[in-house]
Amino acid sequence: MTSSSEGTFFLTGKDFVKAGTASGSLKRVLEDMGVPSAVVRRAAIAAFEAEMNTIIYAVAGIMHYYVTAEMIKVVIQDMGQGIENIELAMTEGYSTAPDYIREMGFGSGMGLPNIKKNVDKFMLSSVSGEGTTLEFIINLEKT
Amino acid sequence: MILQQLVDSLSLEVLTEGADLMRGVSGGYVSDMISDVIGNAREGQVWITFQVHLNIVAAASLKGLSAIIMVNNRRPLPETLQRASEENVVIMTTSLPAFDLVGLLYDLGLRCR
Amino acid sequence: MDILGAEMLSNNDDGKIVVENVYCADLMSNVLSYSITNSLLITNLTNAQVVRTADVADIKAIVFCRGKKPELGTIMLAERKTIPLLVTGLSMFEACGRLYENGLRSDKDTGRQ
Repeated sequence: MTSSSEGTFFLTGKDFVKAGTASGSLKRVLEDMGVPSAVVRRAAIAAFEAEMNTIIYAVAGIMHYYVTAEMIKVVIQDMGQGIENIELAMTEGYSTAPDYIREMGFGSGMGLPNIKKNVDKFMLSSVSGEGTTLEFIINLEKT
Repeated sequence: MILQQLVDSLSLEVLTEGADLMRGVSGGYVSDMISDVIGNAREGQVWITFQVHLNIVAAASLKGLSAIIMVNNRRPLPETLQRASEENVVIMTTSLPAFDLVGLLYDLGLRCR
Repeated sequence: MDILGAEMLSNNDDGKIVVENVYCADLMSNVLSYSITNSLLITNLTNAQVVRTADVADIKAIVFCRGKKPELGTIMLAERKTIPLLVTGLSMFEACGRLYENGLRSDKDTGRQ
């Protein structure tokens, strides 16, 4: 596996045509670096869910990733409505998504729990009305 | 076929209290899109879904569906269950994924034409 | 694929797709959360997000139901990601039922029967 990598993707709110491209690119980066496929899948799933949250709920955001021999760290920071009640948002099935989002196959209240399930360390902070920062780490040394 | 037979054969868990399990079942419909169900499901079918949102009750009621069966152990939100009891919509759940549940229902003779 | 009477939409494949598991859903988080690698995904949704989700979740191929064909952009995206797309005239319920009848399961290793 090559040593380390770092990069940033820009995310635009409500851009459903491009939604998912950042996570797809991150997946390629990890594959090219030789990260084991099961780990790539976990990272890609977590990044995809986080990216969709930004697309659905925020105005704009960035996804920044750092990969070292020890870990994959991804930070997604957005400007938008933020999350009023994080505990509630973490509940499976709870969602504030409008119907048109649900008809696109999202907003089933599984995104955040799904991210947490796939990562080793998960941090979520938000200021209601300003934005949300989500950070996750997946350890590489164990694999 | 009636709901009680499905509950017995597939060990489904009935979540709505006082549910009428003598209702007939004409077939099955599997979808997570409410507009699709409103557009294409038929009266008397059981609806297999991952959705737990309140709106599913209105769709089931509107189309006269026999019951809603949630998959992957999904549980309705409290307001969904409440509305279901009010509107006399039966909700059940199973630990099976939708594909396997549909397979077993198909095995029991349910169809969706 | 003969079971479904399905038509191949993307031309980057020789028609021989080996799938081990099948998953049916319209909610993408559900796919990401529960599906197994090397699965076939059966869905009613035809937008580009389905292909992106499939890519992330290592889905082998996608079957669209009720003859619903995706837009050209979605097909092109799938070709770039080398994920074969198929379309069947069957409802999702029928498609799942027939595949189940032919021995496919959500998870062949832990699936029942």
